[in-house]
Amino acid sequence: MRSSTESVAFDTKAREKAADTFGMWVFIGSEAMLFGAILLVFLIARISYGTAFAAASQRLSLPLGTLNTAVLLTSSFAMVLAHTFTASRRWRPAVWALICTSLLGIVFLFVKAVEYGREFKEGLAPVLGAPFSFTGPDPTHAEFFFALYFAMTSLHALHLICGVAVIAGMLLLWPGTTEASRTHRVQAIGLYWHFVDIVWVFLFPVLYLINR
Amino acid sequence: MSTEALRPSSYLGEGAGPAAWLLTTDHKRVAWLYLMSLTAFFFLGGAFAVLMRVELATPAGDLVSDDTYNRLFSLHGIIMVWFFLVPSIPATLGNFLLPLMIGARDLAFPRLNLASWYVFILGSAFALASVLAGGVDTGWTFYTPLSTLYANGFVSMAALGVFIVGFSTIMTGINFIVTIHTLRAPGLTWFRLPIFVWTMYATALVMVLATPVLAASLILIVLERVFGIGIFNPALGGDPLLFQHLFWFYSHPAVYIMILPGMGVVSEVLPCFSRRPLFGYKAVALSSMAIAVFGFLVWGHHMFVSGQSAYAGVLFSFLSFCVAIPSAIKVFNWSLTLRKGEITFETPMLYALFFLALFTFGGLAGLFLAALAIDVHVHDTYFVVAHFHYIMVGGMVTAYMAGLHFWWPKLTGRMYSETWGRIAATVTFLGFNLTFFPQFVLGFIGMPRRYHTYPPEFQFWHVLSSAGAVVLAFGYLMPLFYLGWSMFRGPRAPANPWGATGLEWQTASPPPPHNFDTMPSVSRPAYDYAMKGLQHETFSPHKDEA
Repeated sequence: MRSSTESVAFDTKAREKAADTFGMWVFIGSEAMLFGAILLVFLIARISYGTAFAAASQRLSLPLGTLNTAVLLTSSFAMVLAHTFTASRRWRPAVWALICTSLLGIVFLFVKAVEYGREFKEGLAPVLGAPFSFTGPDPTHAEFFFALYFAMTSLHALHLICGVAVIAGMLLLWPGTTEASRTHRVQAIGLYWHFVDIVWVFLFPVLYLINR
Repeated sequence: MSTEALRPSSYLGEGAGPAAWLLTTDHKRVAWLYLMSLTAFFFLGGAFAVLMRVELATPAGDLVSDDTYNRLFSLHGIIMVWFFLVPSIPATLGNFLLPLMIGARDLAFPRLNLASWYVFILGSAFALASVLAGGVDTGWTFYTPLSTLYANGFVSMAALGVFIVGFSTIMTGINFIVTIHTLRAPGLTWFRLPIFVWTMYATALVMVLATPVLAASLILIVLERVFGIGIFNPALGGDPLLFQHLFWFYSHPAVYIMILPGMGVVSEVLPCFSRRPLFGYKAVALSSMAIAVFGFLVWGHHMFVSGQSAYAGVLFSFLSFCVAIPSAIKVFNWSLTLRKGEITFETPMLYALFFLALFTFGGLAGLFLAALAIDVHVHDTYFVVAHFHYIMVGGMVTAYMAGLHFWWPKLTGRMYSETWGRIAATVTFLGFNLTFFPQFVLGFIGMPRRYHTYPPEFQFWHVLSSAGAVVLAFGYLMPLFYLGWSMFRGPRAPANPWGATGLEWQTASPPPPHNFDTMPSVSRPAYDYAMKGLQHETFSPHKDEA
């Protein structure tokens, strides 16, 4: 019985799976503090420099942001499908659902890159010494808005890149993985993917929708 | 019992050579990997401290320049905090003992455990590279705007090192939490757990929830230094004070990462050598959780003079007094454990008693600092330095030494020299007080911290402190030799040399690869020292030396 578990510590696969899921939740709790800290900084700054932040927020591309929100939510839907398919042991559709999930993740990153490029061109990116020009009330704090915008969205994008890489790695190892481990990994990665998605669900309104 | 017969099947005997150690997933071997690396860092950080104390023996700056001195205290702090104190007890003794204490074969995620050590080493490589490249002069706190706009050192490299090590901390934290939840032996309910396990749980919670905030603040620093994103730069709309909020939101809870495990060790040692159950078990267990929770609410007491609102100051002051309550609960319960006990003074007990004295003293000094008015007077003086060294060194390092000696027979299967152990413990205690007590006085009469020169009227106290540092260094060097000797030549240890309760003592010393030959179950409370047949084995470590 014990040989079927990956960690010597567990007697049964079921116990191990429960522990893995729990471990993932603890990790997500930790990640929530990472994003939570920066989000709190943003919200306090939003209260302190309301007019500047509202004006700066207008300069972000709402269509691209909305498109990306749709893309990411759809990717989460594909991840749910992958989970359902693995649970009913339909491996081929599960693999397609996972490929779909990661491709949508890549689409999100691509759109984000287009958005960054646009902001650089418009002089809204206070990054790497690029010129920053903002006409409106309180340009100094508008610059702070963009500093936080780039910090938060790039940190989120980094998490998405990790998610895509992990799904890719899992798919490469897929043929050699036991059926029990497949379900179990899809569940753990699924939790992470949904978490990254939910972070965006918080970022989108506070960055794009304030004062519209 | 015949330990000799068990020896070939112990975890130490299973596979030799570098690969068998560097690729192990056995929590006991990973604990050794950490122990070796942390010992190296402890002495590196200590060497920086000794250099500082030598410089401070005279008022003039004659040994090192001001710039070198800034780098010395920065590196001393960075190395001691992140590369020794934070991982110290959890990654070594915790790693080794947690599965043993709860009757498990290993931690829940053995590969994650090994990975955490490699991540630690990667982070250390960055930190050491920044040392070799010329160091950092920001202090261990990386305050902005000094660290972002003015510091000349290799700040990004050091900050990245600390950032990476944070991941290893989080990995350990997740592993411990999941292990304690899922792998307790049959019958081992939460309120039968040894207090050491409770403190590991509280520590792991803080590790998992506070470290990411440090990661966030260090990411922002690196973003500012490397990419020019001005989160902390007022010229770009940023706010330098923001960094202090983020940093202390992590670093105050981190102070409890650095003391809770020590409290756990002492809670094991005191009952054993007074042959009494721990007084007020539930209060001690739950006070660890209270410390973990309150620890998140007091960060503003580091910022009383930063210009934060006076109301915030009052609130943070009040909450800081509150966090002293669970610590006091522990101290009272430890003291009452000793009452009417059959106390013997073996080395671990000596260290534990010294912990009790030094922690109480340092903790009371902390109440002075929590009081707004006094803090304004002694802020950024040697009073603060003395306070946190009483907790971190007098408390945590002393507890670490207590634990190392207490479980040394379990770690190595060998006894150490009791005589040398007692001498080292006493020398440490004397050296420690000689080093840091004068610093309370210095701070109170106005000597600010982080200066390499000072007016001559402070010299008397500085000389005392520097002399103490030399004594203290001897106190810490001695165990290196006699424990090192014991590792290869010490007399064999029985399974339970101290007659202690706890599952870890029910398996052989050193334990077999998967900890227990038959998996244990538990039907009694912790610290059941009234149990029949549990006595000190009449074991004299000197017998075999003759």
